[in-house]
Amino acid sequence: MLMKKILMASAVSLMGTTAALACSFENAVPVKSLSAGFEAWKSATDAMAECGNFEAELDQEFRTKQPAAFAANPSLYQIGGVSNGTITPLLNEGTIRPLDDLVEKYGQNLSPNQLIRIDGQIMAIAMMVNTQHMMYRKDIFDDLGLAAPATYDDVLAAAAAIKDAGVVDYPLGATLKSGWNIAQDFNNMFLGFGGTFYNDDSTPAVNSEAGVKALETMKALTEYMDPEYLVSDSTYVQQQFQQGKIAMANLWASRGGAMDDDNESQVVGQVYASAAPLAMDGGAPATTLWWDGIVIAKNISDEEADAAFRVAMEGLDTEMVQAANDDAIWLISGYQPNRLAEGAIATAMASPAPISYPSTSQMGLMHTALGNELPAFFTGERDAEATLAAVEDAYTTAAKEAGVLQ
Amino acid sequence: MKFRIFAAFVGPSVFLMLLFIAAPLVSVFLQSFQITQPIVESQEVETCTPGFLTQTCVTEVKTVPVLDENGEAMTRTDWVGLQSYRNVLQLDQVRAAISSGNWGDIWAIDFWKALRFTLMFTLITLPLVIGVGLAIALVVNNLSAAVKGQVIFISLLPFIITPVIGSLSIYWLFVGDGILTSILESWLNRDIAMFAQAWTIELLMYFYRVWHVAPFAFVIFYAGLQTVNQDTLESAIIDGASRFDRLRYVVIPHLMPLIIFISLIHLMDAYRVFEEIVGFRSQAHVISLQWLTYDFLVPDDSGNRSISRASASAMLTMIGIVILLILPLRRTWRDHKGS
Repeated sequence: MLMKKILMASAVSLMGTTAALACSFENAVPVKSLSAGFEAWKSATDAMAECGNFEAELDQEFRTKQPAAFAANPSLYQIGGVSNGTITPLLNEGTIRPLDDLVEKYGQNLSPNQLIRIDGQIMAIAMMVNTQHMMYRKDIFDDLGLAAPATYDDVLAAAAAIKDAGVVDYPLGATLKSGWNIAQDFNNMFLGFGGTFYNDDSTPAVNSEAGVKALETMKALTEYMDPEYLVSDSTYVQQQFQQGKIAMANLWASRGGAMDDDNESQVVGQVYASAAPLAMDGGAPATTLWWDGIVIAKNISDEEADAAFRVAMEGLDTEMVQAANDDAIWLISGYQPNRLAEGAIATAMASPAPISYPSTSQMGLMHTALGNELPAFFTGERDAEATLAAVEDAYTTAAKEAGVLQ
Repeated sequence: MKFRIFAAFVGPSVFLMLLFIAAPLVSVFLQSFQITQPIVESQEVETCTPGFLTQTCVTEVKTVPVLDENGEAMTRTDWVGLQSYRNVLQLDQVRAAISSGNWGDIWAIDFWKALRFTLMFTLITLPLVIGVGLAIALVVNNLSAAVKGQVIFISLLPFIITPVIGSLSIYWLFVGDGILTSILESWLNRDIAMFAQAWTIELLMYFYRVWHVAPFAFVIFYAGLQTVNQDTLESAIIDGASRFDRLRYVVIPHLMPLIIFISLIHLMDAYRVFEEIVGFRSQAHVISLQWLTYDFLVPDDSGNRSISRASASAMLTMIGIVILLILPLRRTWRDHKGS
């Protein structure tokens, strides 16, 4: 017995040494990263750690920490994990550095698709794309003779059929937690109805026909959800899927890997993905496109930036993708799309295609205003138009205070 | 004690209080009358985002801050008087609600919604905390010495739990698929959703706060009970006073200064209710004044935050606490002067 343990221990330590060899160079400069905490980031930062002297901070609240941490001199982190939504404050405050020369030196394996150029300069390296799209229980849909819903009318019809059949607790799940999540859900639907958030002069434009339709569609969907939907975030919806409590949801592609994780999921192999449904005929799928990737801080020495970029490249290589293929929809070469990636690919390839999340100062203010004011519509305190008027008021106040509106 | 010795002892703490309490307060007070904005310009920016095979690039006009030669965003600070207070209070909307006759609309405006809950929370939990604390103290005081120690220890447990952890525990117990909800559902054979409407969330919040703070009141009252004059109690018994009469005419008057003390502390604490809102994720249904201040301070994805409105909201919270404390403080002052 003891012998077995010793053997096991030495086997584990041997695995450790081979893993350390997986990095092509020995990193001597201490490097720290701050990023979101979902599976793809865990895989990428674990691969970066193989180079040594690397410390990763995975935090879902990274968006509130990052601007201040990168504005410090020297910056508290060398590598930042960002998405197209959270790169804006770093760009605005000029706390991240252009990567053109580093890409030239160490980025031979990057595809042109990964280089995020802003005004011609490479400011970030994308590693994956993400979008909210339709995930559904194929077994339940097949049993009831339903096809993957292509429009929100289909979603409502399918939800009604599933409710009548009584096979799950609630037919639908949704990321409607008040704050950022509910605002993003509204953004998807609002864009699906062809809305624009603000005019050229930065005045708000959500109190429109598209806005009212978006709210009414969302309200109709909530009839088929867990009544506590206003506290339900992505993790909660993921767990509802894993525990077989819901049959479909418009959920982030990055959550797909968890559906097939047999340590957590009771529905391995049953969840399929299709394109985000259309809100109206001839419109784009009601969703937005996102990318996640890395940036390098400006307030660090060139030597540190060099080491940080090399470590990051090791984390974003083909070897990592092959080991963690199902964690995300990778942009890195070597990625094999699985059945759960089909939905995101169909969404992005749709014509007209959904836009990528419009990250601007105005949009940040609008997102906050929506997140704070929309719940009143769902609790019944205000009707749709009064709610959207309240959103516009909140946006106008905040925009004047932030100086983007005179 | 000589003044110099007194000053040497008190000096360091006065200095720290000025540095960490008075100075931030003054700075928040000043900031509530200022607005600091970045100097922005409109710029055409070309942004490229990855698709599955190729990138799509769009050129759009973005509002970006102007950077100075050190690479830092330039800002401008203006004195704006009471503008931030107006933005927080939204009095024009209150007036519109009153003139249109829909009084209920007032409670949908953030500040007033938060004020309604904060006041109700403070005033409902206050008598409950004092009542429950006193009840536990009386029970423990009458227990036999053999079990007293253990009972005191167990009664104190809720108070030593970190408030955020405590409220999260309650949330996890009662959320849709929580243990207690599941048990209740199978027992009552119906679907229960405690976090789907405001009144159940508020009930849980009152319950949680009383559960959490009552041990504090208990400890104070229990100490007070040890100093009740036994001669007075015995003569009351000889005079034929019942157990309730003794409590009403001897014990409670003796404990009155402690009741005032606990009220003061509880009013200050409860008016700053915050952990329950975050722990219960109740922002959609119930918000408090302290949460409102926090929400103004949280930066959004583009890095905007409302420091001025947060300062104004913090000042209004402080004014609210001072108003609430006037009554009990006046009483203490009178007692102090009387003695």
